[in-house]
Amino acid sequence: MVSANSELTYNSKIEGEVIVSRADAVINWIRSSSMWPMPMGLACCAIELMATAASRFDIARFGAEVMRFSPKQSDVMIVAGTVTYKMASPLRRIYDQMSEPKWVIAMGACASTGGMYRSYAVLQGVDRIVPVDVYVSGCPPRPEALLDALIKLQGKVKREPSASKLLSA
Amino acid sequence: MPAALDAIAALKGKWPGVKDRASLDHPALDVPPADLLAVLSSLKADHGFDMLTDVSGVDWSVAASPRFTVVYHLFSTASHDYVRLAADCADDAAPEVPSASSLWPGADWHEREAFDMFGIRFAGHPDLRRILMWDGYPYFPLRKDFPLAGIETELPDAEVRAETKTGAIAAPMMGGPFVASPGEINLTDAEPRAKDESWTERRPKPGT
Repeated sequence: MVSANSELTYNSKIEGEVIVSRADAVINWIRSSSMWPMPMGLACCAIELMATAASRFDIARFGAEVMRFSPKQSDVMIVAGTVTYKMASPLRRIYDQMSEPKWVIAMGACASTGGMYRSYAVLQGVDRIVPVDVYVSGCPPRPEALLDALIKLQGKVKREPSASKLLSA
Repeated sequence: MPAALDAIAALKGKWPGVKDRASLDHPALDVPPADLLAVLSSLKADHGFDMLTDVSGVDWSVAASPRFTVVYHLFSTASHDYVRLAADCADDAAPEVPSASSLWPGADWHEREAFDMFGIRFAGHPDLRRILMWDGYPYFPLRKDFPLAGIETELPDAEVRAETKTGAIAAPMMGGPFVASPGEINLTDAEPRAKDESWTERRPKPGT
């Protein structure tokens, strides 16, 4: 009878100085454990984003505390707030400047769908100009909701076929 | 006698085109655009109305003539009085009034906003560009003939336009505009909702 190997620790007697794993598992573990956010704070959702980064909610617990105001250094763009058409072009440019791999969280009703702003000035959902990975409902969402979105995104990143993507690129 | 009424009497004596305007609060005057700059500078220099608190525009309706009015609110920091001036634009197609930015530098952005939203031109303005909408936006959104949902247009940036293949669309109204019922104790009833929920973007509005 074959039983599942329930021993999760590194056994140095058996394995010596070699650890065997899948490339995907290692790459995705590295990527998802330190996702540096690009804080695209455009409206009141940005206040909740700041609260998420502050001591009470402490996004550092999930490895995403390094808010980068440079698109070159960030992995996940958190679109927090109302995206006007005037801001849509800079937003897309910043997304284009982020290096691969990159992800997008649409935080709150406005970023997800335009929210209550059914108007001539507001982009009706940021997914019209950038690909969105996780949508967060709420107006604004509580910090827990954003943390949940981050954990969901980490789950998504962990399922990605990273190695084959890197080899085919 | 308050300073505002004093000033109004003096102005009406000096410029016969200046008329009283119906008002529920502050003293108000109708001023012909030709006299506007002289009246404003007289209020500032001779009557102590040294602070321009607001410049705004009004679009009465597409059919009305004069269609556009520019409204100024002046405040006197000496007598703590407000006075309101309104100037009807003579031309309904290309509304224009003189710019007050030579008297108050603060008029600059107010006038740019009135230009952006109503298309009212301010003659002598140093930098009359759009301030809220992007440069090159073809419409004036607060005019009465502009729909709240907007009109389909292109995004400002050509590269982003090519990349995303999308533009500014007319916003889906879903039976809106949405109105809240003020004074409702029950928050479920007071929640903003469409006045008429019989139509959405999938079901056309009855009778149109």
